Amino acid sequence: MSNPKDIRDALANAKNAETETLTGDYDVDDIVIDDDDTELPEIGDDEEEDDLASYGPDTEELSSDAEEDADELLSAVVEKKIAEDEEKAEAEAAAAPIAYRATDPSRTTREAALSAVANDEIAKKQRTLRYRIKRNKASYVMMAPYFILFFCFTVLPVLMSIALSFTYFNMLEMPKFNGWSNYTKLFLNDDIFMISLKNTLIFAVVTGPISYILCLLFAWIINEFRPKVRTFLTLIFYAPSICGNAYMVWSLILSSDRYGYLNGLLLKLGFINEQKLWMQDANLILPCLIVVQLWLSLGTGFLSFIAGLQTVDKSLYEAAALDGVKNRWQELWYVTLPAMKPQLMFGAVMQITQSFAVADISIQLAGNPSVNYAGATVVTHLLDYGSTRFDMGYASAIATVLFLLMVGTNKLVQKLLRRVGE
Amino acid sequence: MIVARKKDVVVQPLTHGAVVIPPPVPDADPDAKVRELMKKTYKEKKLNRSVAGNGLLFGIMIICGIFMSLPLVMIINNALKPLDEIFQYPPAIFVKNPTLENFTDLFNVMSDSWVPFSRYILNTIIITGLGTFGHVIVASLAAYPLAKHDFPGKKILFNMVVLSMMFSWTVTQIPNYMIISWLHINNTYLALILPAWQYGMGLYLMKQFMEQLPTSLMESARLDGASEYRIFWSIVMPNVKPAWLTLAIFQFQQMWGNTGSMFLRDEQLKPLQFALQQIAAGGTARAGASAAVTFIIAAVPIIFFLACQSNVLETMTTSGMKE
Repeated sequence: MSNPKDIRDALANAKNAETETLTGDYDVDDIVIDDDDTELPEIGDDEEEDDLASYGPDTEELSSDAEEDADELLSAVVEKKIAEDEEKAEAEAAAAPIAYRATDPSRTTREAALSAVANDEIAKKQRTLRYRIKRNKASYVMMAPYFILFFCFTVLPVLMSIALSFTYFNMLEMPKFNGWSNYTKLFLNDDIFMISLKNTLIFAVVTGPISYILCLLFAWIINEFRPKVRTFLTLIFYAPSICGNAYMVWSLILSSDRYGYLNGLLLKLGFINEQKLWMQDANLILPCLIVVQLWLSLGTGFLSFIAGLQTVDKSLYEAAALDGVKNRWQELWYVTLPAMKPQLMFGAVMQITQSFAVADISIQLAGNPSVNYAGATVVTHLLDYGSTRFDMGYASAIATVLFLLMVGTNKLVQKLLRRVGE
Repeated sequence: MIVARKKDVVVQPLTHGAVVIPPPVPDADPDAKVRELMKKTYKEKKLNRSVAGNGLLFGIMIICGIFMSLPLVMIINNALKPLDEIFQYPPAIFVKNPTLENFTDLFNVMSDSWVPFSRYILNTIIITGLGTFGHVIVASLAAYPLAKHDFPGKKILFNMVVLSMMFSWTVTQIPNYMIISWLHINNTYLALILPAWQYGMGLYLMKQFMEQLPTSLMESARLDGASEYRIFWSIVMPNVKPAWLTLAIFQFQQMWGNTGSMFLRDEQLKPLQFALQQIAAGGTARAGASAAVTFIIAAVPIIFFLACQSNVLETMTTSGMKE
């Protein structure tokens, strides 16, 4: 802010203030008018102030520029003030010479107060919504393609599904509104949903954290190797996700006759006397599925961790060594993990979406419905209603409940992850 | 470094004439410490790594690695098995008499097809290529402002994307189909490509990586007069290369696995995946060809994976940037 402007400003404003306080012999009308005029840029007319158009062609041009700076804005505001106040200064200088003189000694403090007000005003201006939207035009333009598609193909379908959850919809007739009855049926009248909810929670609680830690651990170990070896090892560990034949492998291993690899091995070693029916025994289905799920789970999170480890600043390790980090575990906790917190967050969300949505392996290995519903999960239940019984309203209600469950878990996990490295 | 320092000491008194400059002893001390340590660490190869720890971890890796590589091993062996070995019971993992019969079988079936196979391949290249490339660009473009700009609505938009990943796609399929019909892009490539561009995961992944970039990197470019698009393209994207390569792997896999049977009615628009799965569904009569199909379906994304993953290298250039 340049000095002369400031002083002029200060003069004008201080003078007005003086008119209020010092001069009792002025007309009440006069004071009121003065008061109104001085207050205008500060509090009085917020709407007018927010309106960029009211600042004349000069500011209009500036505001159209996305790169507009605080400095430019400031000078624009000050200039406007000067123009306004100059008029008044002339009028008032004539009207109140005594008051004018009286301000002089204390000008500096008033000046400071004024510049604070001006700063405040600019800050307020930057906070106003319209200004901030105009200023970030480039951001919105960059996001537009994604979010237009996102609203069409994700937000709208999700909202429509949630709406469908309050209807009876068999995909042939128009949906019929039936209020909360899908939800009441779900929670009060559906034993299988309760079993599947229990199974899903077990899946989530067991496979979620374990596979998250496994992803991290393997990614971290693999990162120690030279790039070529690392690529190869990553492929090996990512293979279950990329090959898509988990069913083939595990139906061989868990085959219920004595030729199944697991049965054969256990019989040979003498742990069991007769073959186990891995996928037909209600007590064994869930533990087996958990193992398979863990084996399958080195997917999205794992690869993102590998990529995340590449972006950790190497100089951090040297600095940490100087600060007394003694071994790789300390280094992992105090340096590596905090440095890749964004990836940890991402991995957690992916883990939640995966472990709550377990369905494919259950259907492929245990069937749907599985023996005594021992392998049923919320999503298998949803698929049962959605694609076998064609009750889309009910399936949507299940999806909505599952969604809320995941959102809650996500909140909890994000809170936990904020503590990493403390 | 040391040479440069000596030079400094010699030059400075000359330029400053009579002014006596004290030797930079206290200044050099911490530097020397670091240098000594660096020397040590480079001799030791890596910081904070014990031999016992290495042994333990690599032992775990080998055991787990064998277990994890089972599907790969099985696919390769199955594709090479002659028919009698494919039907052998109990099934063996390893092939005894490897042959390429299955592949010649597959090519015979392919050459008989009503729509020429080159057409399926072209469809796949268009759908998978545009779906992957477009998604990486569109998602990154949206992720940059979300990560580095401050504007109204940022939090809501981002949270919406993250939460959207938690809604089961099974039930949104029908609304999705309706929307695609309304847009009149049913039975075109766009019905597969456009929805693929807006997957939430890609945006989330890119945003998380971009968040890590030091803001000063962009500030300095902005001071030099670079536009936001320029900053995005020539500063942000090169620095998050591991992220978009990883995203490309995910997206390629997704697009490659898409049969498109929900939206594409015309046979000549369908991708390779659809044709291959039709062959594999041929049952016992085509068991050999179907083993070869499984191999090809897995091999293509693996090749893409290797091409991308081997380029996921250290890119962080922050050592010069001090916040």
